[in-house]
Amino acid sequence: MSDAPSIATTPPMPMADRETLLGIPIMRVYQGLSIVLVFVAWEIAGLVPISIAFPTFTGTMRALFEMLVDGRLFYAYAETLKPLVVGIVISGTFGVIIGIAMGLNKTAQWFWEPIFVVLQASPVAALIPLITYAYGIGLTAKTVAVIMLAAPIIVLNTYKAVRHASPSLIEMCRSFQGTRFQEIWMVIVPNAAPVIFAGLRLGVAAGFIGVILAELLITPTGVGDLISYNRSIADYEYMYAAVFTVILFSAILVGFLETVEVNYFRPEKKKGQ
Amino acid sequence: MSVSAAQDNSPKAATDDIVEVRNITKYYSPDVHALSNVNLSFPRGQMTTLLGPSGCGKTTLLKIIAGLLEPTEGDVLVNGKQVHGTGPERAFVFQDFALLPWATVLRNVAFGMELTKQDKREREDRARHYINEVGLAGFENKYPHELSGGMRQRVGLARALAVNSDVLLMDEPFSAVDEQTRRKFQEDLLALLANENKTVIFVTHSIEEAVYVSDQIVMLSPRPGRIHSIIRPEFSRDADPDEIRRDKNYLDTVEAIWADLRKYLD
Repeated sequence: MSDAPSIATTPPMPMADRETLLGIPIMRVYQGLSIVLVFVAWEIAGLVPISIAFPTFTGTMRALFEMLVDGRLFYAYAETLKPLVVGIVISGTFGVIIGIAMGLNKTAQWFWEPIFVVLQASPVAALIPLITYAYGIGLTAKTVAVIMLAAPIIVLNTYKAVRHASPSLIEMCRSFQGTRFQEIWMVIVPNAAPVIFAGLRLGVAAGFIGVILAELLITPTGVGDLISYNRSIADYEYMYAAVFTVILFSAILVGFLETVEVNYFRPEKKKGQ
Repeated sequence: MSVSAAQDNSPKAATDDIVEVRNITKYYSPDVHALSNVNLSFPRGQMTTLLGPSGCGKTTLLKIIAGLLEPTEGDVLVNGKQVHGTGPERAFVFQDFALLPWATVLRNVAFGMELTKQDKREREDRARHYINEVGLAGFENKYPHELSGGMRQRVGLARALAVNSDVLLMDEPFSAVDEQTRRKFQEDLLALLANENKTVIFVTHSIEEAVYVSDQIVMLSPRPGRIHSIIRPEFSRDADPDEIRRDKNYLDTVEAIWADLRKYLD
């Protein structure tokens, strides 16, 4: 069977991946261009101005730099990150475990699915005042807000991913004497990993919304305080600078999750990129 | 017709038949009757094809033999002993390849041995040997999505050979592969098996493929699947593949089976 490789097809590789401009991959150039375009549009919209409450891009960056230098931003993030990190870690760990259990076991699905479907469908912003009745206005209440927003997305995505694991791969594992544990850990979980991680990324983004909502609605602390305080004194450049850092931080975290996924669960995607 | 199968295995059954199925009946649900009272024996070291139109239950029968499906009634015997579930003496080659997309060719081929917790170096050496045998040397570190359909099925075949089972169960292994690749693959498979001393149970809906590769062809009738007849093609396999495909006996056998099966299509 020695001449089999002669029937090999060249692996599909879109041309765009190979082209470069001044040594930079063309895709990166486009990505950079897109970001620049958004900033330019922002600057123009601020100069018009479309609203007196809408600052320019350069003004916002100046405010951001100032807050970085005088440490206000670090102090605010130290406050905000506490409930966020605790909430995300709890939602991520238990969310994935509960989601996997739901996908594998009918009883677990029966028990958990209604809870998370209701949570996902409910207007959490309206429920946050209720949280304060139960948990007060401290760290716990804010953590609960993060979990309420992040956990349903993580759980339901994990559950769906596990439920739709390839039946043929599961059959393959069984036919080669795989145990149930091996079937779950070596086939079902890696097979579901892309959707689980998509859920984690969305969950992290939702957790951010949760923590900012909590800081706006429960007690003004951290980044939420930077936003609401600067809005109330009409210092919109500082307010938008704070919003901008939230987007940036969230994007970095989401990118980090993608790296973890590709490196530890789906190495085949690394080459394709 | 199932009687003729019973006659086949009467005196020497215990020693020469590696796999036997007895009175297999399968209902998927009360009104989906897939197989009805199937009795068959598979001689050791030979290639038996299950042939029939779609919906005749040939894949169901193969999966019952593999232990992936439970029969509603009846027994599967391997080496004279009744078996339940899957076993190390049977290895499966899947129609859709069933390769792990996140694992390299090397890990996919070694996966059966990884599941039985064999030493990593040992299993990778063995996997490399079979990757070489199926003609994929140099592709060890590629991922399935980088391979063509024919090459993916070679990985599936290498994985099944690497676990050293006596029985190879192949479920329409070439149906997802184009015609040219398929012919080449059939020839390669026969050449490879000549040195491997395996018993092969092969499911196909291609008459030419069945006649070309088999020592014994079991024709199944559709819904519910029963044994229609058993044929042993008689032509010399020593000739080269192109001569066999022009051989009169080969062509006559193909025609005879077609004449027999076409009545199910009306």
